[in-house]
Amino acid sequence: MSEHTIAVAMSGGVDSSVVAGMLNRAGERVIGMTMQLWNQKRLPDIASDNATGRCCSLDDVYDARHVAQLLGIPYYVVNFEDRFEAQVVKPFIDEYLAGRTPIPCTLCNNFIKFDQFLEMAEGIGAREIATGHYARIDWNGDSRRWEMRRSVDRSKDQTYFLCGLKQDQLARTRFPLGAMEKTQVRELARELGIPTAAKPDSQEICFVPNGDYAGFIDSYFKEQGIAPTETQGEIVTADGKVVGEHAGVHHFTVGQRRGLGIAAAEPLYVIATEPASKRVVIGRNDDLLRASMHVREVNWISIAAPSAPLRAEVKIRNKHAAAAATLLPAAADGTRIEVRFDEPQRAVTPGQGAVFYSGDLVLGGGWIE
Amino acid sequence: MTRFYFDHNATTPVSPEVFQAMAPLMTTVFGNASSIHQFGQEARGELDRARRSVAAMLGAKAEEIVFTGGGTEADNMAIFGAGGHVITTTIEHPAVLQAAQQLPEVTFVKVDRQGLVDPQAVRAAIRPDTKLISVMHVNNELGVIQPLREIAEIAHDAGVLFHSDGVQAMGKLPVNVGELGVDLYSISAHKIYGPKGMGALYIRKGTELRPLLYGGPHERKMRAGTENVPGAAGFGRAAEWVIAESRAEAARLSVLRDRLEQRILTRVTGAHVNGSAAPRVGNTSNIRFDGIDSEPLLIGLDLKGFAVSSGSACSSGATEPSHVLAAIGLTREQARSSVRFSLGRSNTEAQVDALIDAVVEVVSRLRKLAPAYV
Repeated sequence: MSEHTIAVAMSGGVDSSVVAGMLNRAGERVIGMTMQLWNQKRLPDIASDNATGRCCSLDDVYDARHVAQLLGIPYYVVNFEDRFEAQVVKPFIDEYLAGRTPIPCTLCNNFIKFDQFLEMAEGIGAREIATGHYARIDWNGDSRRWEMRRSVDRSKDQTYFLCGLKQDQLARTRFPLGAMEKTQVRELARELGIPTAAKPDSQEICFVPNGDYAGFIDSYFKEQGIAPTETQGEIVTADGKVVGEHAGVHHFTVGQRRGLGIAAAEPLYVIATEPASKRVVIGRNDDLLRASMHVREVNWISIAAPSAPLRAEVKIRNKHAAAAATLLPAAADGTRIEVRFDEPQRAVTPGQGAVFYSGDLVLGGGWIE
Repeated sequence: MTRFYFDHNATTPVSPEVFQAMAPLMTTVFGNASSIHQFGQEARGELDRARRSVAAMLGAKAEEIVFTGGGTEADNMAIFGAGGHVITTTIEHPAVLQAAQQLPEVTFVKVDRQGLVDPQAVRAAIRPDTKLISVMHVNNELGVIQPLREIAEIAHDAGVLFHSDGVQAMGKLPVNVGELGVDLYSISAHKIYGPKGMGALYIRKGTELRPLLYGGPHERKMRAGTENVPGAAGFGRAAEWVIAESRAEAARLSVLRDRLEQRILTRVTGAHVNGSAAPRVGNTSNIRFDGIDSEPLLIGLDLKGFAVSSGSACSSGATEPSHVLAAIGLTREQARSSVRFSLGRSNTEAQVDALIDAVVEVVSRLRKLAPAYV
């Protein structure tokens, strides 16, 4: 194969199928690959044929293979289950137990899709990879950096999950859908004769059926022989008054209102989870507001690490409308940042990503402390 | 891109002579071999002729051959047909292994680091209720040849039936069921340039076995279902090739296989041949490359036009590394770094040399990307 071979990560969904079809039509040498990341039958308690948001099912492999056959491109399934469990699933569970709310998609991008997959691609002789992510990558000749921008279709933008990508990874990655609207993608799917054109978009966390992450963690504990009682504890108010009990800290995330089971005059929310004492702290909506936060392990993408305060818009959840803030370097190398919001933000959640933008440009991002 | 096939233990192409033998039986000579009329008689004639050829390949009598829908079915017939306690090994093909796991009473005998079964371990596993011992003749992944004669003696001393899965032995070494002492022997057509979906079970005359499928009185009531005459005819023609030419072909392949192994071991550091100290058939080579994941090696070779395999074909895409490599004591990582090359009729010395160059190139590329693969 030539040096210009592109390995397309194919999930069996519309987006990655269109990527393979577009590149193939453009005359590129394309090979399709599906990553087997998690065995959905592994945890029988939560395995269900009609669960939504699943990845790596035989149906998905069948769909991806079908598309590859139609396009006449080589196609392979590669197994990354060991790495996925070690680098994504276990940290996901550990984060919950540590009282933080993790984003496995970012870990998967950092350690699987743009690391092991990229390496696999290089190993088999493909210099570049392409995926169906909605984001844009451009080379800036002045700054000599690869820049990342939000996708043209802002409703599909996935840059929040891509904030860990390094320059050498961006240099070998293509996101052909970043410049397209989702409706265009579906039209193109029909035009290319892709049979999954009408397949619904995947939702939620891919390895957790029906979005029930607490149920997933419970089942995983059961498989590993960890007793569920070990995470049970008290529900307390900010001043330490015990108002109830809970079934495990991993059932709660900051800002959550449902499932507290406590009657009160005004709505109550989870303010914090304290894994050491196994306590869940609750309070009023106003108690959730934070004017500042620290972000660790910051990766700078479109700009070099700043040495002076910097204005930016900061996203603290995928669905969060980025809020204006000032970024203050808290470490000499720029890997730790203090974020001071212009307006206090609700439910700043430790463990989630914080991504810094300047308009469409993705400056960088890290993890909320 | 020219493609070269080095995966003959997975399957082989139907040879031109086999194809020619089969073609009229799907068009002009289409009768049901059980019908009384001339159409049926023609088909019956072809079926009988094929049965004689397959029997001759094994040194058996025609009436001892029951045609099946493949090697897996023949293995299942043997495993489920005897009743009682069954002894088999940890390196069997899944057709035996998974069938045996369904039985209420089964013992799996371990193998040594070369993949060899110790006949004395088989003897030690025999119980008063043991009805069948099943040990494969040639292992599909390693090519290791098991000491069937010794095990057959042990089985017969104990009054126990002896079955062997001979699917990977056919065409690779001379097989005579009388000399081997087997009561039951499974074979498959598509490993010897015959059609897929066609196999047979040799059942020594006088051996009592329950059928797997019930229905019509076909195959002496041992295998119900309208006879697959085209498949049988193809199998028969393939058997004739085995009788006439496979000995010379096996010798030719053995030279090529040795060339492949010696040159890879010389040119690639940290390469080891799995099962090399045991008696092996001459077409198979299972090589372990330290620090290499077989998945990108296999794909990288495929993209260069060389078809090889990691473990058995059925394991591809699966999570668990080969049960055979685990059974000979390889770690998970070692098993995952092993690749099987299996040579056949299409392979030439020039192809082998090109394969060696490709292996050297892909392995060195992958090693540069380490340590992720270690």
